[in-house]
Amino acid sequence: MTAPLLSIRNLTKEFPVRLGAFGERAATVHALDCLNIDISEGETLSLVGESGCGKSTTGYCVLNIQRPTSGSVIYAGTDIAQLDDDGMRPFRRDLQIVFQDPYSTLNPRMTIGEALAEPILFHGLARKSEIRDRLHQLLADVGLSERFASRYPHELSGGQRQRVAIARALACQPRFIVCDEAISALDVSVQAQILNLLLDLQQKYGLTYLFIAHDLAVVRHISDRVGVMYLGRLAELAPAAALFVQPLHPYTRALLSAVPSTDPRAARTRQRLQGEVPSPLAPPPGCRFHTRCPLARAQCRSDVPPLREVVSGHSVACHAVSSPTATNWEHSPA
Amino acid sequence: MNALLDIRGLTIDIDRDSGPARVVDGIDLTVAEGESLGIVGESGCGKSLTMLSLVGLLPNRIRATGGVADFAGKDLLAMSSEELRRLRGSQIGFIFQDPMTSLNPVMRVGAQIAEALVYQSGMAKPAAMERAAELLELVGIPSPRDRLMAYPHELSGGMRQRVMIAIGLAGSPRLLIADEPTTALDVTIQAQIVDLVRDLKDRFGMSVVWITHDLALIAGLADRIAVLYAGTVVEDSPVDVLFERPTHPYTRGLLASLPTLTDKPMSRLPSIAGTPPEPGRRPPGCPFAPRCALVTAVCTTSVPRLAPVAGSAPGHRAACFVTAGEGAS
Repeated sequence: MTAPLLSIRNLTKEFPVRLGAFGERAATVHALDCLNIDISEGETLSLVGESGCGKSTTGYCVLNIQRPTSGSVIYAGTDIAQLDDDGMRPFRRDLQIVFQDPYSTLNPRMTIGEALAEPILFHGLARKSEIRDRLHQLLADVGLSERFASRYPHELSGGQRQRVAIARALACQPRFIVCDEAISALDVSVQAQILNLLLDLQQKYGLTYLFIAHDLAVVRHISDRVGVMYLGRLAELAPAAALFVQPLHPYTRALLSAVPSTDPRAARTRQRLQGEVPSPLAPPPGCRFHTRCPLARAQCRSDVPPLREVVSGHSVACHAVSSPTATNWEHSPA
Repeated sequence: MNALLDIRGLTIDIDRDSGPARVVDGIDLTVAEGESLGIVGESGCGKSLTMLSLVGLLPNRIRATGGVADFAGKDLLAMSSEELRRLRGSQIGFIFQDPMTSLNPVMRVGAQIAEALVYQSGMAKPAAMERAAELLELVGIPSPRDRLMAYPHELSGGMRQRVMIAIGLAGSPRLLIADEPTTALDVTIQAQIVDLVRDLKDRFGMSVVWITHDLALIAGLADRIAVLYAGTVVEDSPVDVLFERPTHPYTRGLLASLPTLTDKPMSRLPSIAGTPPEPGRRPPGCPFAPRCALVTAVCTTSVPRLAPVAGSAPGHRAACFVTAGEGAS
């Protein structure tokens, strides 16, 4: 593997909150706890997990939209986690994001053309006279005809708006795009169109994606590598093929078994993960998954399991899993 | 099995300033006693409106304009609002998509469940609270007696949806209508809720109508599936037959465009080009014709009827000139 495009080191994010009717109690949401990931140029790394696992927070902290509490994000030799808004500006061109909801991210009073031209002109990437051609090309890239440039967001369908949001992320010729649940709000038939578009654009421009999603079938389809997160920590990080063939962490296994299947018979025999995710206000000590884990033992309640590489490229944070074969799944319902 | 619910030729129109626009265009559906029917379709296909029209909960300016909906021998569409009110919550239970907006935020959950019982069956308040605790236990809420006193914001999304289910079950309904009840939930919690509804259905012999856009989810839940497109039923089939032998091009397209845990990664997903027609702007022939790969001349001029699929299992019907019914090859 070549040098990573982006290195996330010990990334931690805590949100101070005030609880109670009058905010009389201070508390801390432990959203991210010492996350370490390298993202290579041209790959799609996906983060999956249940609500509140920190996958979106990771995306925001990597782009410095939310300032990390500690840790660093190294891009092109610079720790961008330390930069202020002015310092960040030149990097914003390279690092873009597509959000889940294109309704709320497009200005309803700007035409699509204006919305797409703004970042190009701001970063001085084209002159006014060239902007028409550039817009035309951007719209063509995302499969929209030129006439959309003069339309307003409310005139577009959800799928078309998401195409515009992608075009706007592409406007500055970025190298890295965070897709934060970018297809979750779309209908199935449109979702497939947007997935295809993302794959095409990656091929055409050599883009690197950090793909944040909760739909495991989608993630399997689009990813080179997948990180499974649970309560702010990585439970497992592996090539997509390996993760779905041989999930090692008990949580990954449970998550996979909860995916609905289009085979009516298989769907009725699957296993279930009981209970719910504990509150990130007071995460359990030791391994944060131990409260729901079928393999939990004494050590899991006190010691944090480190993320260890057990097969080449396949890391897992679990005391009970030392290698793919030396795990006693007999006692595991998942 | 007898039909508990029998919908024939239901049409629903939106009153627009420019005149009525049709959103549901002649839907036929039946639900047998004890059966669970999945209604699948994309946004705007009319799946929710169809079910809301049955219990008189259509929003302003949207009206059922034709057809009959026979429920246990009476036409729901012809009932007065008073009759419907008595039916809702007793004979027909409803679970909505978003429990946060359906539950009253300033009322304890116990009181919200008991309210339905007091109103519907004239139960005394203490007995109703007792029954509310039983219902919470039934839907798998731990320490139900303590939870009676909780406010909705104190519960997680999955727990809130369980409370909604408890309210839906309060009147021991014969028909439970669930409108995308798991859309806002995580996949693990979603699986728990699906299991819960299936268990409850088996225990009480209820009929269930489950509305969703997620074909994979419904595979594990329904006995039969109706696929809706632009306000019409395009395919209606027993669940295993539908997945083994999807017949309507739209159903095939939906299934193909769904990434699964067994397809080839990084490949282009077959997608359905274009978007569904707007209400009131439906094409003259088959509503799916403009997006259909198998379109023929007749598809653009006449509307196909729901007809048995030749050579398939009984009860498998599709509305397509090319793959089923008259003129099918």
